[in-house]
Amino acid sequence: MQNKEEKVHEPLFHVSKRSSMPLWESTAIRVASILLALLLCGLLVALFLGKNPADFYVSLFKGSFGSQRKIWKLLKDIAVLLCISVAVTPAFRMKFWNIGAEGQTLVGALASAACMYYLGGKIPEAALIALMFVSSVLAGAVWGLFPAVCKALWNTNETLFTLMMNYVATFFVAFCLIKWTPDGSSSLGILEHGHLPRLFGNEYILLIIVVVLLTVGMYIYLDYSKHGYEISVVGESNRTACYIGIDVKKVIIRTMLVSGAVCGLAGFLIVGALDHSITTETVGGLGFTAIMVSWLAKFNPLLMFVTSFLIVFLNQGASQVSQSFNISNAFPNVVVGIILFFIIGCEFFINYKINFRSRKEVK
Amino acid sequence: MAEKAVELVNITKKFGSIIANNNVSLEVMKGEILAVLGENGCGKTTLMNMIAGIYFPDSGRIFVDGKEVVIRSPKDAFKYKIGMIHQHFKLVDVFTAGENIVLGVNDGTKYNMKNINSRIMQIASRYGFNIDPQKKIHEMSVSEKQTVEIIKVLYRGADILILDEPTAVLTPQETQKLFEILRRMRDDGKSIIIITHKLHEVLSISDRVAVLRKGEHIATVRTSETNEAELTEMMVGKKVDLNIKRSEPKDPKLRLHISNLNSTNDEGILVLKNVSFDAYSGEILGIAGIAGSGQRELLEAIAGLEHLDSGEITYHDPKTDKDVNLRDKTPLQIRDLGVRLSFVPEDRLGMGLVGNMNITDNMMLRSYRRGKSAFLDRKKPKELAEKIIKDLEVVTPGTATPVRRLSGGNVQKVLVGREIAAAPSVLMAAYPVRGLDINSSYMIYNLLTKQKEAGVAVIFVGEDLDVLIELCDRILVINGGKVTGIVDGRTAKKEEIGLLMTKTDKIENEEATDDAE
Repeated sequence: MQNKEEKVHEPLFHVSKRSSMPLWESTAIRVASILLALLLCGLLVALFLGKNPADFYVSLFKGSFGSQRKIWKLLKDIAVLLCISVAVTPAFRMKFWNIGAEGQTLVGALASAACMYYLGGKIPEAALIALMFVSSVLAGAVWGLFPAVCKALWNTNETLFTLMMNYVATFFVAFCLIKWTPDGSSSLGILEHGHLPRLFGNEYILLIIVVVLLTVGMYIYLDYSKHGYEISVVGESNRTACYIGIDVKKVIIRTMLVSGAVCGLAGFLIVGALDHSITTETVGGLGFTAIMVSWLAKFNPLLMFVTSFLIVFLNQGASQVSQSFNISNAFPNVVVGIILFFIIGCEFFINYKINFRSRKEVK
Repeated sequence: MAEKAVELVNITKKFGSIIANNNVSLEVMKGEILAVLGENGCGKTTLMNMIAGIYFPDSGRIFVDGKEVVIRSPKDAFKYKIGMIHQHFKLVDVFTAGENIVLGVNDGTKYNMKNINSRIMQIASRYGFNIDPQKKIHEMSVSEKQTVEIIKVLYRGADILILDEPTAVLTPQETQKLFEILRRMRDDGKSIIIITHKLHEVLSISDRVAVLRKGEHIATVRTSETNEAELTEMMVGKKVDLNIKRSEPKDPKLRLHISNLNSTNDEGILVLKNVSFDAYSGEILGIAGIAGSGQRELLEAIAGLEHLDSGEITYHDPKTDKDVNLRDKTPLQIRDLGVRLSFVPEDRLGMGLVGNMNITDNMMLRSYRRGKSAFLDRKKPKELAEKIIKDLEVVTPGTATPVRRLSGGNVQKVLVGREIAAAPSVLMAAYPVRGLDINSSYMIYNLLTKQKEAGVAVIFVGEDLDVLIELCDRILVINGGKVTGIVDGRTAKKEEIGLLMTKTDKIENEEATDDAE
């Protein structure tokens, strides 16, 4: 009997799913994960940089809150990212993996820039802005429409399709830039006309108001409208959608039109309110970051206020750190990655329980 | 007394806050057939999965041949000569029976299909299996596939066999044959555990019965010393009236006329062949057949979800007294025509309901379009949800609970409740009691009978022949997409239906041999 006991190896731990968890407990886990991440990163800072972790975090914080200008920059960056995140959300709720927000936003931006370039000064400003708005929204919608129609009719892979459309958009912009710049320098410079009005003398306020309204509107659209309900049903199960008589093709196309149109709107805001110009880097990867923002918020537009803040705050902090410590931004980005990893990883502990070995004698 | 083959001592297993097994202790002797009886969700399969190495117990001990063992994986289980035949077969379709049987066996011998096949034949002749080791799985019937699964574990030298609901997919004749084989294995000294919720099978095959209820082991009794009523009481915890009241159809009128339906699926296989029948108001038309014989396709064709090659579906409207053609109409068009067709599909969470949505939102699936507003009205669906929860005794924390969190029986009540709430004139239900406990099952039978008495034409696809015979006014038997007979539910015999369920197979086989000549 003695040596048999030795042969018996119960696994060290096994994982089981939790049924539910009280709010305070999940909040505690989330807070603990952030603290753990900060602790670990602090250790890395002390080890690799030989700096005081407290200084590091202060600098990280100052990146977004160090001055009034930085706070406005934070708000502006959140607004732009949030706008694109809200745009990709309807498609994602439908489990239509649209990774083409980058391209859809870029063609929206291009449409506005084209209006400014060709019509600037020739028609009244108000008409120009209205035209910019309409053409941007249309351009984004068309860019979203192609993959949606192909998906609906021939069940093509939307992920590859939308990804490819990004490259098409980028090169389309490059082509226009060469055409528009007589010396072929491809840098357009600030366009004089079609700037969105400054509210209260601040260039960002209009943008922020529009995005806040848009986000709340999208939340209502998705959770309280019949369209939003159809999107959820199609996303959960095509068969259920057919069973209750939803026209799945129509919903796919309609939803991508919405998604693309809002991306186009984001492009309009970027060009009309911020850049007043366009390059191939105008969107600068925000179309991909937006996917993360939307996903982290579990496709709930209201939660995206938090997740977009988190992403922008960490990014801005990272570049501040690299400036004030005079290091490349690789290390701060590692820290940002670790913090995000902990924040996402803690969801595992909220959904699952780990049972450790407990050898209770039966007899 | 015989030697113990497997002994479980105080096994406990929890999933989250749900206790699947609580301090269960039982044993199986060598050369014995033990039936594990219990309602769906009582923890039978979970318990057996722990012996087979699929799950690991939270606490408790397992002994094989008197020695304590730890079974962490199915591989470990085979080491202790334990093999499980799951309810859902785990076979590679494009492989032959022989290849499937030997798959994963690493006994150090050379891979030689000839030797393997002869060993398979040896096992088959020993216990009386019919098997062709060179036949591909996708060409096999369900009972042949089951044979492959059983030989698979015997090939690995299993002395303890666990069969999870083995008769669920078999005709009465096939069940008898399986039971003969199981008896032969028992006489050969093997231990057999058979998981089931069918009482008459327990009584006919087992030596002892272990009854589980809500994860607790209630008792283990000798089969010869018990009876159906006693076992039911142990299973349910109270006396249950196992009779279905079948009223005479009142004033039956033609409601649905189906003629010569033919349908081909995506793989080009003919799934419905010349199906014709009529359904009348105020009657329950049963549809019997081996699983996958075209029942699903037939109902989906009527509901406007399946493409038809040819045939007619005509609905006779009781209000206008006019015929309405339903062929090639979408579900939405059917509804716009004023046809009140309710459909409880087989795949509850994949088709009838949306698992991640709460009960209220699932209530809206049928009715959300109502009204001109672009926004949803959640008030009425919520009232309906509350009414169904109350009337059908749905166990749920509230209307905001996602449906997938409910147990199978409660999911079904939500679905059936919604479909009945639409005040249908035709109600189709595919396997509405699959996975339900006895009380819920009888509640569903009564609901269907009430609908029938209210003048609804009810079409009921069932798998338990005893129930079909008790519940239905007429029973249509389908095999391989063909209607092989329509019998009267009041006079039909189980064996007769069983024969019809396999009827065309024989003809086709004869045709095949004719061709060969």
